[in-house]
Amino acid sequence: MRGFLLNRLSQSLVLLLIVSVIGFVVLNLIPGGPLAQFGLDPSMTQDDLDRLKEQLGLNRPLWMQYLDWAWRLVQGDWGHSFRDGAPVLDVIGRHLVATLLLMGSSTVIAIAIGTWIGIRGATHRYSIFDYLATVGAMVALSIPTFWFGLVGIYVFSLRLGWLPAGNMYTIGDGSALNYLHHLIMPSIVLALVHVAIWSRYMRTATLDVISQEFVKTARAKGLSERRILMKHVVGNALLPMITLAGMQLPSVLTGALVTETVFTWPGMGRLFLDSLGYSDYPVVMGLLMFSAILVVLCNLIADIVVAIIDPRIRLS
Amino acid sequence: MTAIVANSHQERWWNSRTAHRFMNHHLALLGMVMIAVLTLACVLGPYLLPYDSLYIDLRARFAPPFTGHHYLGTDPLGRDLAARLFMAGRISLLVGFSAMLLSTLIGTLVGVIAGYRGGWLGTTLMRTVDGFLSFPSIFLVLALAAALKPSPMMITVVIAATSWMEVARIVEAEVRSLREREFVLAGRMLGLSGTHIMFREILPNAIGPIIVAATLTVARAILMEAYISFLGYGIQPPLPSWGNMLNGAQQYLGTAPWLAIIPGAAITIAVTSFNFIGDGLRDALDVRGDHT
Repeated sequence: MRGFLLNRLSQSLVLLLIVSVIGFVVLNLIPGGPLAQFGLDPSMTQDDLDRLKEQLGLNRPLWMQYLDWAWRLVQGDWGHSFRDGAPVLDVIGRHLVATLLLMGSSTVIAIAIGTWIGIRGATHRYSIFDYLATVGAMVALSIPTFWFGLVGIYVFSLRLGWLPAGNMYTIGDGSALNYLHHLIMPSIVLALVHVAIWSRYMRTATLDVISQEFVKTARAKGLSERRILMKHVVGNALLPMITLAGMQLPSVLTGALVTETVFTWPGMGRLFLDSLGYSDYPVVMGLLMFSAILVVLCNLIADIVVAIIDPRIRLS
Repeated sequence: MTAIVANSHQERWWNSRTAHRFMNHHLALLGMVMIAVLTLACVLGPYLLPYDSLYIDLRARFAPPFTGHHYLGTDPLGRDLAARLFMAGRISLLVGFSAMLLSTLIGTLVGVIAGYRGGWLGTTLMRTVDGFLSFPSIFLVLALAAALKPSPMMITVVIAATSWMEVARIVEAEVRSLREREFVLAGRMLGLSGTHIMFREILPNAIGPIIVAATLTVARAILMEAYISFLGYGIQPPLPSWGNMLNGAQQYLGTAPWLAIIPGAAITIAVTSFNFIGDGLRDALDVRGDHT
């Protein structure tokens, strides 16, 4: 267990190192590099830019600049927003809750529906339900998230008027119910793709477990099918799903960016696009690095959780 | 053994078991037909329609579908939506297809080298793959697309640069498992160069999984192009693409919903088709599934 943890931890550290190198390369691909934000300012002459470059050490060798940049990243100095001068981490923090709310609720939806579809597809293999679920999942994976959102807005907001077309709450009404009302459509839109992925994996995992000896034993003992499913199959099939949840995080974040744009949801995705529009590169870079670090950490946590639950790893 | 006999040169490829299995896969066939129809429509459509995709007619703004010869209606500038849809399809399919070629090339190269060489080089390459996979792809694509000049060529390169990792992983695993096989040892004993063994001896054995992954990559590349063009950082107007036709459609959702619904449906049909084909190929080529 201890060896596993240390091994996994060092892997994550190496991964963070590589992630930071990729981030640094992207930062330097931006025309004007880290000073891009000032290149647009008419009161800055080329001489000023050159002098700033000298002052900030941007004419040193790239590896030295990288070490400097990475060190400041570790210390929590992520630069300041070009728009309002606020520290980048503060700006991200202000938008984090909205994104986590959206991602959390859509993950709950995806897990609940996806698990059900997956188990039913496995227990009723090759049935009409299974076939439709398979085809449905492939179609769901092919629908552009933003288009699904637009169609949803058209049907449920503009035609039927049941759900709000955007924003997180109605101004002047901050009740929990109001938040929930605004949350329904974006979280379902974001969940669609993940329901598809989750149900496919859950089906495979359930089929794997069903064919194992202990299920035969349980059946031989005369347990009811329902009891076997609930007690022996689902728990074991859900175990690899924890790892999957971690692996799906980048695509959830991608979906969140698009969903937030369509529904004017004030989260990190919206912030990313706004910052791009303003050429606010410190925030853009901050979000890029923040999301990647989030992904690495969540995958680490997922593996540790699996290790704690799974006796095969826990006891080794 | 039978598979080898069936695939030998004695018989034509369309009689092989692989071809039969593919033909029996109804969804894959449906996908093939839809892609064929869509491609034909995009290639020939613009010549058959009475309007040019760039012809602006302010008297005909916001015409709903089936108004006169505007079969799919018109956009806010009075341009014919059908003509734009087909011209956009050319760009979107071309970008999707080229991005697939490029990303498969990069992925195969990285995968073969990492899998065959192994050691510190292999580890470094595969950890880099993990590193790229840690970024939500759209963040990376948008940051790059905003920084670079958004020509169709550049968009293709940016999409390819962020979608090669899947292929690299598949090829690496495949090559690593083949590396110690007898035919590779035989090749080494014959004194063949590393490059020859990698690309002429090992790679052909991994072609099945590569084809499947490449098909699914087309689907993903078309989607990615749609995402970034929708957000305004992809293909730039006046050049139409399915994604940028949807850019701005949201504000007309109440008055002209067809502006949003039609291009999105085209994207969904194209992407679904490629996913169906990929699924059929996976069954036909007997590639173990990963269900993504």
